[in-house]
Amino acid sequence: MVESKEFRVLSPTAILGYGFPEASFERGLNRNPNLIAVDAGSTDPGPYYLGIGKSFTDRAFVKRDLQYLLKAGVERKIPVVIGSAGGAGASSHLRWCQEIIEEIATEEKLSFKLGIIPADVEKKTVLSALARNKISPLKYVHELTPDHVKESTAIVAQMGIEPLQQALAEGCDVVLAGRSYDPAVFAALPVMLGYDPGLALHMGKILECAAIASTPGSGADCVLGILQSDSFILEPLNPKRRFTTESAAAHTLYEKDDPYHLPGPGGVLDLTDCKFKQLDSSRVEISGTRFVPSKKPNIKLEGARLVAYRSISIAGTRDSIMIKNIDKIIEEVREQIDEMMSRDKIDGDIYFHIYGKNGVMGEMEPLEFGRTRSHELGIIIETLGPTQDKADTLCSITRSTLLHYGYENRIATAGNLAFPFSPSDSSLGKVFEFSIYHLLELEENEARMFPCEVREIN
Amino acid sequence: MRKNIREAARVIRSKNAGPFELTFDIILSNEKWYDYFISHDILNREKICEIFKIKSERILSIVHFKSANAIKFTIKRERVSGAPGETDIYGAQQHAPLLALEFEYTE
Repeated sequence: MVESKEFRVLSPTAILGYGFPEASFERGLNRNPNLIAVDAGSTDPGPYYLGIGKSFTDRAFVKRDLQYLLKAGVERKIPVVIGSAGGAGASSHLRWCQEIIEEIATEEKLSFKLGIIPADVEKKTVLSALARNKISPLKYVHELTPDHVKESTAIVAQMGIEPLQQALAEGCDVVLAGRSYDPAVFAALPVMLGYDPGLALHMGKILECAAIASTPGSGADCVLGILQSDSFILEPLNPKRRFTTESAAAHTLYEKDDPYHLPGPGGVLDLTDCKFKQLDSSRVEISGTRFVPSKKPNIKLEGARLVAYRSISIAGTRDSIMIKNIDKIIEEVREQIDEMMSRDKIDGDIYFHIYGKNGVMGEMEPLEFGRTRSHELGIIIETLGPTQDKADTLCSITRSTLLHYGYENRIATAGNLAFPFSPSDSSLGKVFEFSIYHLLELEENEARMFPCEVREIN
Repeated sequence: MRKNIREAARVIRSKNAGPFELTFDIILSNEKWYDYFISHDILNREKICEIFKIKSERILSIVHFKSANAIKFTIKRERVSGAPGETDIYGAQQHAPLLALEFEYTE
């Protein structure tokens, strides 16, 4: 077991592809890290990226970040662990990231052992688990039906530390994992070496956002986590940033509903007795976090399915008569379009995003319209249809109807909308929704559920 | 004396907590303000319902987190992130009505 040693983890950036200053990365390397780890994913950008199989980060910058990580890791023999490859972490994202890694290896003449861990779950596995009541929805999530599963274009599970540990135990120098529990890439190796899982996972929880938890915060800067036997230390790698007890504690709140109990694969991180201590002007020591294993461990499934195709038209109005009556005008235009749709058998839905009124908050907007006194309104017409052509048609007729609609008291009879662009309409393609966001009860060893492919890269 | 929440808080933010929930963090500037907000029950369930014009059932939790001088509450999203009709995929701009919160302050 661990005595008075420490385990240093370099977290270069909040999301692979967000970038980081070279000087911060160098400072991190000078601290002789035992691990370089980065989380590449999130569900935040919405269901599209999982559904379509594309990354929400840009290839050129993912490659830029990876060049630094791979060169440093391979040359200095520091393991590099990457989780939630390509953002959503399904096989298409994983292969996209793998291709970038292999491209860098060729260009930089790097040789290493690469472990690739897909996170996809087969539909038949999910359907069988569903039939045996092994799947439960997370709070506010719909009950899962076989149709949700069958219609999903991608289904992934968030792996915990075990599959990553298996790859590291097999001697992989670089591990590229599909969808992963964010802290897992930081915690897998130290836990394997005997460090406390509660502390290692809590440290991972903070490191996965890199310098966002420091002050001033940044998603594009490096930080160091130093794991010890009964605490861990957060250290900035850029002299203009500091960790404070407030910044570290505040980050613990970020994007969670309960900051005291953070559920993950295999158990819950309990922060009830967690202590934050300021060590010096820029470093914070954290202790007391416990990992409580679950009696019935489960992992989170994520899936997305196609629901429609989208078109939009962007416009604005500066006419005070139109602005004052915008609700009535939109309602009347809607009625007119509804008639056209039923007459000409056009399927679809229309959404008007009215910026200056409630474009940001929608139905949640508590401020009554009129009290905003906007002198102009931005209008985005959004249409959804069963095919792209149908969404385009609906967008086009809605745009032309609103443009020339003769509303009550109208004085400006030449046109109701100002368009910044020609073409005024854009086809935005497929629209996805989260079809699966459920817990799957683990019936087998987690490492067996996510087998690792090992490749020698020369 | 009437005060605006911005005099007492250094962070007021909203963000998705997964695609089905929206979570709000109010981080008070110091322990004094944190204790004042808690002891005077300034941001309670009724107040949140009033500010956002939502029903109490939509509030999942209100948590006091002393080590960050923070009050946190989480509500059910209007619609699942990215579903048709979405206005804020990340949920990062739903905090705004909180900026207008005023409270009575007595020394």
